[in-house]
Amino acid sequence: MNEVSNNRWLHRFAVLTALATLGLICIGGLVTSHEAGMSVPDWPNSYGYNMFLFPPSKWVGGILYEHTHRLLASTVGLLIVALTRWLGGRESRRTLAIVGALEVLAGLVIFALWPTEKATGGFLTGIGGVVLLAALVWFRNKSAPRPLPQLGWLAFVLVQVQGLLGGLRVVLFKDQIGIFHAALAQLFFVLLCAIALLTSQWWMNRKGNSQLPTGKGMQQVFLATTVLIFVQLILGATMRHQHAGLSIRDFPLAYGKLWPATDPASLAHYNEHRVEIMNYNPITAFQIQLQMIHRLVAVLILCAVAFCAGKAWRKFSWHNPMARLTAFWLGLIICQVALGAATVLSGKAADIATAHVLVGALSLATGALLSIIAFRCPMAAPQAAALSQTETRRSDTGALAARPT
Amino acid sequence: MKSSFALLAAIIGVAGLAQLASAADITGTVTLNGTPPPEREITPLENDPVCGKMHSGKVTTQFFVVGPNKGLADVIVMLKGVPAKAADASTPPAVMDQKGCLYEPQILAIQTGQKLLVKNSDPATVPMHNVHISPAPGPNLDAYSTKISQPQMSGAPDLEYSFPAPENFLKFQCDVHPWMFAWVTVVDNPYFAVTDKDGKFTIKDVPAGKYKIVALHRKAAPNGVEKDVDTTSGNATVDFTLEVK
Repeated sequence: MNEVSNNRWLHRFAVLTALATLGLICIGGLVTSHEAGMSVPDWPNSYGYNMFLFPPSKWVGGILYEHTHRLLASTVGLLIVALTRWLGGRESRRTLAIVGALEVLAGLVIFALWPTEKATGGFLTGIGGVVLLAALVWFRNKSAPRPLPQLGWLAFVLVQVQGLLGGLRVVLFKDQIGIFHAALAQLFFVLLCAIALLTSQWWMNRKGNSQLPTGKGMQQVFLATTVLIFVQLILGATMRHQHAGLSIRDFPLAYGKLWPATDPASLAHYNEHRVEIMNYNPITAFQIQLQMIHRLVAVLILCAVAFCAGKAWRKFSWHNPMARLTAFWLGLIICQVALGAATVLSGKAADIATAHVLVGALSLATGALLSIIAFRCPMAAPQAAALSQTETRRSDTGALAARPT
Repeated sequence: MKSSFALLAAIIGVAGLAQLASAADITGTVTLNGTPPPEREITPLENDPVCGKMHSGKVTTQFFVVGPNKGLADVIVMLKGVPAKAADASTPPAVMDQKGCLYEPQILAIQTGQKLLVKNSDPATVPMHNVHISPAPGPNLDAYSTKISQPQMSGAPDLEYSFPAPENFLKFQCDVHPWMFAWVTVVDNPYFAVTDKDGKFTIKDVPAGKYKIVALHRKAAPNGVEKDVDTTSGNATVDFTLEVK
């Protein structure tokens, strides 16, 4: 396989892994939306069965979502090990072998010394075995250009941390760990999207010359807006892991007001009149304030992304990838605002709430990619304008050439 | 010696009879004023491919069960200011069942130390429930820190609970079927009752005295409404009116 072909397949594999992670976030969203986080009370086993041998006949109620989430997480883990090996090339084999051997050893020690933790020991041994196998893959491929191997190792570490967080959330009965698990999932997805970008033909072709059409002044705006989106995702994750359902049931007002009352008498009234069909915790003042802040930050994000899009459209032509990507970003945010409203108005319907999580992930990833492009290849506006004029002429010429005579 | 023993037995017997004679019943009715929010259809249950088949019609929440004369069911009525007394071995166990992927009853009151049996009467088509309790931090949580969540397969033995401390509305939920939840109020004395579908209650064999009596409802009075009751002259009647504003 020549280098160009290898890069194409590497890029495709990176995209596949990113898509699988997006699917994992979707199923994870369904787990929380359906209040199924504790439906399988043990880990890494499932009701005493090896996770991979749990009978489908028992995948009932919330177990369907939680168990599917675990299986897909294991699949993503496999993909990450393969991606790490591919990105790191033959140079990564030694490190993978050492890590794999250590994990196998640790797993066997746990299995032998702690009879109550045999499942954990077996699971760790299995993971170590997979990593060891990746190290033994004979392909003597070159490593990808920096920083891709390093990003691969970061993904390798993060996916295992993420798996551990998910397991601990269950065995320790700690909803707060679910918030970290959700936030890290978003960052992990951004990492995989970045790897997909950096392995793309587009990036490889453009980075050699300075004619990647970006604007120097847009770096800070993209980055700040992306960070704001991440803060919003953390707020959303904190809200969802209160397991209190909707703390405010109306939109755009809140209990009929611009800012709702949160004194004890009002809270008692809200809880008295709420008829919950799921096992939700009572509404608290903190939850109401959290949702109000979430709504306000949503407005800020909408304004910020609209500003970014307006700036990009003024600077570049429509053919410019940055202009198109910022337009896509704005479309996502508008969709996200609509989904947020729909989540409230539908009484937190599980599918709508989950779609809200998914579009949030895409919004964060899009902002991150724009930031990466803007920071990696800054260009002053006159150069960008000249380039976009050249691009416009090229595309017009192409259109003329394609016209039937 | 024999005559002393006989005299002692007689005194104890008379004292016991006197105690019984002075014990009184407290009866009453709890009514609801105001219009409660309408109950909601439990659509996740109805849409569940297994659980939904066990119900022929609509299944709704049961937060406000109000009779034709405004009597409110599922109100816990209990005495306060009574010396704490845990249940002993002779106290029959309370029973909560899981049927049709719902808890029955949804509101239950038990005494501290009283055994609570949680049954799973659902058929094998519902392979399991997962009983998850949420006691407040304290003796109840300490007693069950390693058994917070217990899977219970179809046909499995009853799960047993016994809570050492009083607690209002201790939540039971099923983590497999998130619409299933129930509340158990643990009372530190034997003088309590739960109102029936007409809002009526009877607390039996209350020793003569003056007490506080509290009515608790999951929605209308989660912190309780208190009244005074006096059983020194015999049976007493206490009515409560709860408001939905």
